[in-house]
Formats: sequence, structure tokens, C-alpha cells
Amino acid sequence: MTDPKRTALHEEHTALGASFTDFGGWDMPLKYGSELAEHRAVREAAGLFDLSHMGEVWVSGPDAAAFLNTALVGNLAAVAVGRAKYSLICDAGGGIVDDLIVYRITDTRYLVVPNAGNAETVAGLLAERAEGFHAEVSNASAETSLVAVQGPAAERILLDLLDERQHEAVTGLRYYAWAAASIGGSGSATASGPDTGSMPDRGSGADTGSGIAAGAPIDVLLARTGYTGEDGFELFVPNDRAAELWRLLLAAGAPHGLIPAGLASRDSLRLEAGMPLYGNELSREVTPFEAGLGPVVSFAKEERFAGRDALEARREAGPGMRLVGLRGSGRRAGRAGYSVLSGGEVVGRITSGQPSPTLGYPVALAYVSPEHAEIGTRLEVDLRGRPEPFEVVPLPFYRRPATG
Amino acid sequence: MSKVQTGLRYSAEHEWIDGGTPATIGISEVAADALGEIVYVDLPEVGASIAVGQVVGEVESTKSVSELFSPVAGEVVAVNEAAVGDPALINSDPYGEGWLFRVAVSEEGPLLSAEQYAADNGAEI
Repeated sequence: MTDPKRTALHEEHTALGASFTDFGGWDMPLKYGSELAEHRAVREAAGLFDLSHMGEVWVSGPDAAAFLNTALVGNLAAVAVGRAKYSLICDAGGGIVDDLIVYRITDTRYLVVPNAGNAETVAGLLAERAEGFHAEVSNASAETSLVAVQGPAAERILLDLLDERQHEAVTGLRYYAWAAASIGGSGSATASGPDTGSMPDRGSGADTGSGIAAGAPIDVLLARTGYTGEDGFELFVPNDRAAELWRLLLAAGAPHGLIPAGLASRDSLRLEAGMPLYGNELSREVTPFEAGLGPVVSFAKEERFAGRDALEARREAGPGMRLVGLRGSGRRAGRAGYSVLSGGEVVGRITSGQPSPTLGYPVALAYVSPEHAEIGTRLEVDLRGRPEPFEVVPLPFYRRPATG
Repeated sequence: MSKVQTGLRYSAEHEWIDGGTPATIGISEVAADALGEIVYVDLPEVGASIAVGQVVGEVESTKSVSELFSPVAGEVVAVNEAAVGDPALINSDPYGEGWLFRVAVSEEGPLLSAEQYAADNGAEI
């Protein structure tokens, strides 16, 4: 085992009193104080997350769109510049190698964001699959930091940090869309349109003055994406500006109730939002159909993408297991690895489970056989020898209140 | 860093026990901190006969769950209903308001001094 990697924000976390955990080979903040308080802050105000362990892989060149359509299961060529799409990279057998978000920066340039532990694998696989295409794959994970502001107050916090000329770009930014922005400085920044894509690529050389001098505005790629079920933003920034950006966001957010939030709350938030986690719900052992991600696969596109034959066969045959949401009627929670029972017989297995802080009852994601996957099906979970009643419920468990 | 309270003895499974008659039992701050915020606690019934090392309940946080082992044998004479109703007491005051149950002790299992337990767990007195 090698030592876990540290993000550019590690010292900030230490100064804030974080306790750390190993995640995907990274030494990441688990929590700063109370994970429940961090969870609540994201649901009611805002939380600030360090996600620098996530990967950043640039795909550039005249064939970038066509190439990604062969490498990933989705139709990335159909994504408009300025927008983003959730997608999957599968192996030849249809197994999920990773789930990722793909941002379209220009007609010929994309930013692919894989999970921490998979960044090297995904970058390697993309490079392999790019052979024969006029497309270059470059892994910028080591130079790029990512922070997220998540919660109902996220937009107001960002607006406080941006000069007025940039406000409309933020208020008008839709979910799964991105824009270039300049944070801090003396307001001299010009918000470049979503077609320049200067940030955070360090290789293009076409940067609009990526100022190293202190006090210079921090150029970020500002995306309205997230993993908590709340409104929020993810900000990509070069490592050398990450600490400055982190402190600016903490200071601007504090009056709005923002606190730093660690991986413990990130996991409870994403589970309430019914979002799968790689390594828990997603792995090479399952195809998108088992995971309920069939609609992410585009069979309409013409490309013979990796895994297509296997996935077509699986679509015909139907999934062997299905990912469902379970709600416990008692107070005891099912945990990853626990058996799901029907009439005493094992019919599935929990992949993530815990008491839901927002809802006040236990929730779990589980793979169960298709005949037990209907909403309303009553099942049991083997809670260390004692079966307790659980019911199949619709996902997500939690949906944020509609805003006006 | 988690505190170990003097004047109590501890089991290797992180329960503490005082010298009272009946004896009061809880879990250490080391255990409470490791679990994270406790949201559910299951305790033995009053009147139950329990054995040394027997699983007599469980303590559950958002992130994990831990079984509760009895450090002694005897009869359960009281349980802390306040902690059942508000399990956060176990985090905020593990050696006081967050006690778990009381036992009329007939036999003790292996117990450590506060100093030994602190040394074994890298905690401070």
C-alpha cells in the first residue's frame, strides 16, 4: 500500500479540525465536527466540500465527440456546448467501469470527471480507445482541484463573490450546465463565454492570463452539478488557487449558514438523493440495466460503443437483479452487505444503508431479484440475525422542495 | 482526543463500569467518538439475566453499528430510558447522562484500569 494522496486543501482541512479517512486512495476529510450538522447545513443552508480527489480528464480534437460516442455509453455528441451529461464507461461485457460527468467545453473539447479511485483506469481506457481518432486524452487530475458549494443558499453565496456582470450567467445557469467565471480580485474579470474553456486546462496555453499573483481573480469552471440532491455548484480550479478559493467561499458562505462538510455527510446526502456510489451500487459486476441506468445508454446513436453488443443482449434478456430503494419501518438500519429476505429466503443484498438524517427512518439501496422489485413489496432485512420489515419505495428517498 | 474517565474500569469492548451496587454501565468516549453521532440504542430488558461477554444490545450511528457486550454477569435492574429517547446523550455525556444500564453483579469479566484502557486505545485520561 502506498501512502494516501493529499489534496491541495489538506492543510485547510487540518486547520479546521477535520478528521480524515482514506477514500479511493486519498486522505480526505470525513467530518469537521458533527456529520449530522454538516448534513443538515447542506439541506437547509449550504455545505462546502473538497472533491479534489475526483479525476479530470480532457478530451480534445476534431474527433472528440465521435470518439466519446464510442468510448462511453451515452450520446455525448448531442450535448450542447455549455452543458453536461451523466454517463457511464463500460467494459466489453457491459460491466460498469465507472460513472462520470462529461462537460462539453467547445465543439472539439470535453472535460470528463471520473471517480477518485477510477481516474487512472478511466484515463488509460480512454487513451486506449482513442486510437485511430483525431482526439487527445490528457489526465489533468493531479493539477486540478474541485470544490463544491451545495445547498439552497449556494446561488446567493456565489453571487456575493462575483461582480455584477457575472450575476446573470449564474442565475441563468441551468442544472447540468457550466460557465466560466472569475472569483474575487478587483472585479476586472470578464466572464468569458462558455466557448472559451480556458479553465482549468493547463495544457492549452490559451489561458486568458491565469494569474498566479495573489489578489488576481481566480478563474474557475463553474458547473451547476452536484451529488447531494440540492441545488449547488462545483468549481474546478488549478491547485495553486484552490486554498484561496476555499477560504473565499468559506468567508462568503458563513453569513448564509455555510459550513465545511466532509465525506460522511456527502454519503448520507447522496443516499437520501438515491444516487448510486461506485464501489457500492456500481461495479464491473453489474450492467447499467441492473443499476436502473438503462436510459443512460444510447442505442439510438450509430456508433458501436464499447459494451454495445453485451448491453443489447442484456436489454433483451432483462436484468437478473434490480436496484431498489428500501425503507425500514423500525429504527434499526440495514447496512451494506446485509441480506434482503422474503419469507425467510434470501432475495437480495443491501449495497448502502443507514438511518436517514433528514427523513428520520432507515433507508437503503439494495439489489433484489426482479420479482421482488415492485414498489410496495414487503421484504425483510437480516439485521444481524433478526429479520426486520422493510418496504420497496420509489427513489429518490428525498427530493428537495420545489423552489419558486 | 477522546477522554478516558478515571475512577471507572473498562472492558476491551469499550464498556465502562463504576464501582456502585448495583453497577452502572455505559460505553467509553473512545467508542462513542468512533461510532460518530449515535441515533439509536437498543438495551436489555429490566429483569434480564445476563452473562459476561453476552451481546445485550446495540448502539447505532448514521455510519455504523456496534454491538453492546456485557462486561459482567448478573440481573439488569435499570435501563436509561433518557438515552433510549435521546441517544445523542451518549455522545455528549458518555460517562454521565449517557449511561446505559445497571446490573446487580454476580460475576465480573476481565476489566482494565482507566490507565490501561487509555494506553491500549491511544486516548488520554
